[in-house]
Amino acid sequence: MTATLTGVDVAPPVASAKRRRRAPGWLAVVPLLVFTAIAFGVPAVAMLDGAFSVKNQATGASSYSTENLTTSLHGAYLTALLGSVKLSAVSAGLGALLGLPLAQVVVTSRFRALREAILTASGVLANFGGVPLAFAFVATLGNAGVLTIHLGLKDTGWDLYSFWGLVIVYLYFLIPLMVLTITPALDGLRSQWREAAQNNGATAVQYWRHIALPVLLPSLLGGLVLLFGSAFAAYATAAAMVGSSVPLVTLQIADAISGNVLVGQENVALALSLDMVLVAGLVMAVYLPLQRRSARWLA
Amino acid sequence: MARLNPWRWVVLGLAALYFLVPLAASVVFTVDVPGQGVTFDAYSQIVSTDGFVSSLLLSLELALATIAIVLLLMVPAMVALRLGAPRLRPVVEVICQLPLVVPPIAFVAGISTVLKWGPEYLSRTPLFETFVAIQNPGFPFVLVMAYVVMALPFVHRSLDAGLRAIDVRTLVEAARSCGASWPQALVRTVLPNLRGALLNAAFLTLALVLGEFTVAQLLGFQPFAVWIYSVGGSQAQLSVAVSVLSLLVTWALLLALAGVGGRTRTASSRG
Repeated sequence: MTATLTGVDVAPPVASAKRRRRAPGWLAVVPLLVFTAIAFGVPAVAMLDGAFSVKNQATGASSYSTENLTTSLHGAYLTALLGSVKLSAVSAGLGALLGLPLAQVVVTSRFRALREAILTASGVLANFGGVPLAFAFVATLGNAGVLTIHLGLKDTGWDLYSFWGLVIVYLYFLIPLMVLTITPALDGLRSQWREAAQNNGATAVQYWRHIALPVLLPSLLGGLVLLFGSAFAAYATAAAMVGSSVPLVTLQIADAISGNVLVGQENVALALSLDMVLVAGLVMAVYLPLQRRSARWLA
Repeated sequence: MARLNPWRWVVLGLAALYFLVPLAASVVFTVDVPGQGVTFDAYSQIVSTDGFVSSLLLSLELALATIAIVLLLMVPAMVALRLGAPRLRPVVEVICQLPLVVPPIAFVAGISTVLKWGPEYLSRTPLFETFVAIQNPGFPFVLVMAYVVMALPFVHRSLDAGLRAIDVRTLVEAARSCGASWPQALVRTVLPNLRGALLNAAFLTLALVLGEFTVAQLLGFQPFAVWIYSVGGSQAQLSVAVSVLSLLVTWALLLALAGVGGRTRTASSRG
């Protein structure tokens, strides 16, 4: 697809026409660049600068060092970072595992209406995070929740405000996200490939092992990584639900921004943010090539 | 594959159970108050509760401003990149994807650092006035700036898909050779053809701004999502009722979006 697009761009060979067009091209892009430089570039640079600068308590002068980053990788901060990684990994894994059969049902469904309904609902639910989701689950499974009371869950030791409680809530938007991500790949599995494999004497297991899985793998991994990133960045749901009873890096950053830090560690929030950006960057660096790879089969 | 598969119904049943029970339970929670029986007080109180109207209006104003600015910035740039300046295209693409790498919480950490510069370094310069003005609690423009950045990836994806479906160059050249000026060519030939993509981008931005919590809460402003959160501490029934309603509103919006998207898809495949 990219090839045809660049083909169109190169098409007009007349140099003068090209030059005349380039002037408005530049001008129209400039406001966007200026705006992102101010609204995105300045905070990003401030974060980098703050993450590496340390204020000397005695003199008040600040200097550059990696002290904040070291602090952010020790003690309670490290616990929070690992807690976030663990929560995101567990909920992403479960989300992928549970989203896959649902997507398979959607793709192989004979009823067009069912398929459309589930895909639309997934699009809605994947965007439904945040405070309302947290409150809906508090009303359902919280200490005074409808299910907690009517099923007597309290006696069994159930606690929504815990690690597994958060996993259950996160799955509410992660499973639909997985369905949305993996459905195009499942759609791309042509029935001809299965027939061709069968004609050559392959068993069902061999078909999945040697044909379907290799085609699906980039999308599966890409979906997994996307789910991880989505769970990792989530703050509103956790903040509205657990307060700080589960250590998460987003909650720690929020705490630090609100001023609840030791003297001399004001910039740790920025160092933690940098840690998060590095993880999120890693996620994207894995996701984008995988997505491109899987797109090859779906054209 | 065509045979009726019990496995399929098990999967569908479990999914329906997991996704519908919390919604049903939330509704039950709001109308079945312990000690009072079934009552709809939680819903009738919403409008008269302190802060509901003002926070909702603030959210809507922020959403409108964000949509206007992000479209004004993105549409001319994206159209121009289609027509020429191919070397800038990857630059814009990367810039529009960058916000995905910075989680909102990290972004707000950076913003609050910048906002602290105001009183610390700039109190005697004219820039200080600007810092105060963008943090006006009545209409915090700093939130609009943050939301525009956060909306860039979605708007870029939506407009890119829209522009791929039409031949911008031919459209503009046809309009120009009929004597249209550049603005006329843009407004009267390109934009009508992008209607679906523009609506899509606007809806996604609206949903983003209405539900946004992280940035607004940590910068100390009170749009809708933050208000729901602050009510939750004291009036549990009310906050869940508002959550249910806001959910329904968001769903209606996104379903409308899906409807619009579906229609444009069929329209373009026919055309």
